[in-house]
Amino acid sequence: MAQHPVITPLPGTFYRKATPDSPNYVEAGAEVSADTVIGLIEVMKQFSELTAGVAGRLDAFLVEDGDPVEPGQVIATLEDA
Amino acid sequence: MTQGIGKLLIANRGEIAVRIIRAAKALGIPTVAACSEADVDSLAALLADEVHILGPARADKSYLNVEALLGALKATGANAVHPGYGFLSENAEFAEAVLAAGAIFVGPSPETIRRMGDKAEARRTAQAAGVPVVPGSPGELFDVESALKAAESVGFPLLIKASAGGGGRGIRLAENPQQLSEEFPRSQREAQAAFGNGAVYLERFIGKARHIEVQVLGDGTHAVHLFERECSLQRRRQKIFEEAPSPALDAQQREALCASAVRLTEALGYQGAGTLEYLYDDATGEFFFIEMNTRIQVEHPVSELVTGIDLVQAMLRIAGGEPLGLQQSDIRLNGAALQMRLNAEDPARDFFPSPGLVQALNWPQGEGVRVDSHLYEGYRVPPYYDSLLAKLIVHGRDRNEALARARWAVEQTTLTGMASTLSLHGELLEQPWLHSADFHTGTLETWLAERRSGGEA
Repeated sequence: MAQHPVITPLPGTFYRKATPDSPNYVEAGAEVSADTVIGLIEVMKQFSELTAGVAGRLDAFLVEDGDPVEPGQVIATLEDA
Repeated sequence: MTQGIGKLLIANRGEIAVRIIRAAKALGIPTVAACSEADVDSLAALLADEVHILGPARADKSYLNVEALLGALKATGANAVHPGYGFLSENAEFAEAVLAAGAIFVGPSPETIRRMGDKAEARRTAQAAGVPVVPGSPGELFDVESALKAAESVGFPLLIKASAGGGGRGIRLAENPQQLSEEFPRSQREAQAAFGNGAVYLERFIGKARHIEVQVLGDGTHAVHLFERECSLQRRRQKIFEEAPSPALDAQQREALCASAVRLTEALGYQGAGTLEYLYDDATGEFFFIEMNTRIQVEHPVSELVTGIDLVQAMLRIAGGEPLGLQQSDIRLNGAALQMRLNAEDPARDFFPSPGLVQALNWPQGEGVRVDSHLYEGYRVPPYYDSLLAKLIVHGRDRNEALARARWAVEQTTLTGMASTLSLHGELLEQPWLHSADFHTGTLETWLAERRSGGEA
């Protein structure tokens, strides 16, 4: 077991859900695969999906829904499988 | 003088905030830049007489935050608000709230904003003023059966549009009854999700339409037009390259089009600057009103260059209580003007957003060249808002001279630190179809797709 950071390559605004009325993509504690979408990064009104990157258990989000983010910032951590 | 406006709050950001400050300064009106925490180093904040911070970067906490804006009015003693474009510029509730706070809203009345913001109502208003509209359903539709029935008179192909939509969003195409049955419920859901209102209507789709729009100014009783702009070159329904006048119209068509716009503007008792958008069918020479934007537009400078009228100053004067002071015969069409939008998007990566730090920056200069921008060297373009960086605007005695100046302007521009659409304009200006003005609203996307596949070959 090793801890992995999920890092955004993009600056912008982080969202945990697809629309304001949708449920969160994932909750802390959930099992994820490498291509599980954990959130969206909005850059200049365009949305990019952020995926877990490795399979494992999502440990915690370090950024709240709607927070501004910088490139290289850790969005969440996960324990790999 | 603009007796009414003592101090102007600018409820916007970017190049348009700078543009509004420039107009206010010319009229001797002190300005307040109302900005987000992300924009405290913006050019607008540097140029304004005062800065008021609305809230965090997110637009819903700052530029869309009505309470924060009303608080800014109170805190700064400003007695007027210019909303620019986008954000709250076409929000009738905001305009109402500004008026209720005892301040001036630089724009038309909340009633007019609401009326023209409801696309179906706008259409009925246009028809009543004798302005031709695209064949469409008589009103809003709520189920597939009535949509199929309405489609019989509208004809295919048709568009399903959200009543509360705008900026090209909430629009779906159906080429036959089966597609309409499939797409109709999707459009309703999308409209509900995007605009909080599921009402949709149908409109004939004109395949090779040109997008032509008329600039108007009104003082509540009297209205004039400032001729038309053509904005057919669009990507994902976002305008990229605009010009005035439209190269597609002859003098007689121009007169008929612009006169129809003035009729509708006067019928509304319109106050301020506005734009009536039309589709023009090259094949038949027919034009159809589609919607009115009750605000200043991004491409307003081309109209300023061909008429010599400062639209933003005119808006401030009218909002301050002055009469228009212009007769239609005072407004002459002089030469041709083009505008190229520089966006922080990478044309080599499918227009992926490219915010960043402005390193080297050099704007073109010379006869007939204007740049509207909020950039400066060392400025960090934030990722939170739209990607418009600058507008290169050129004017010539005729379209050919304007095109030559456009090439010069692109060549003389340096912008490093981020990808932009500058190089795209350089390529665009070499296209024979651009020079012959042989284009419609689908041309740019077709060209981009060919260019992409050509690049891979």
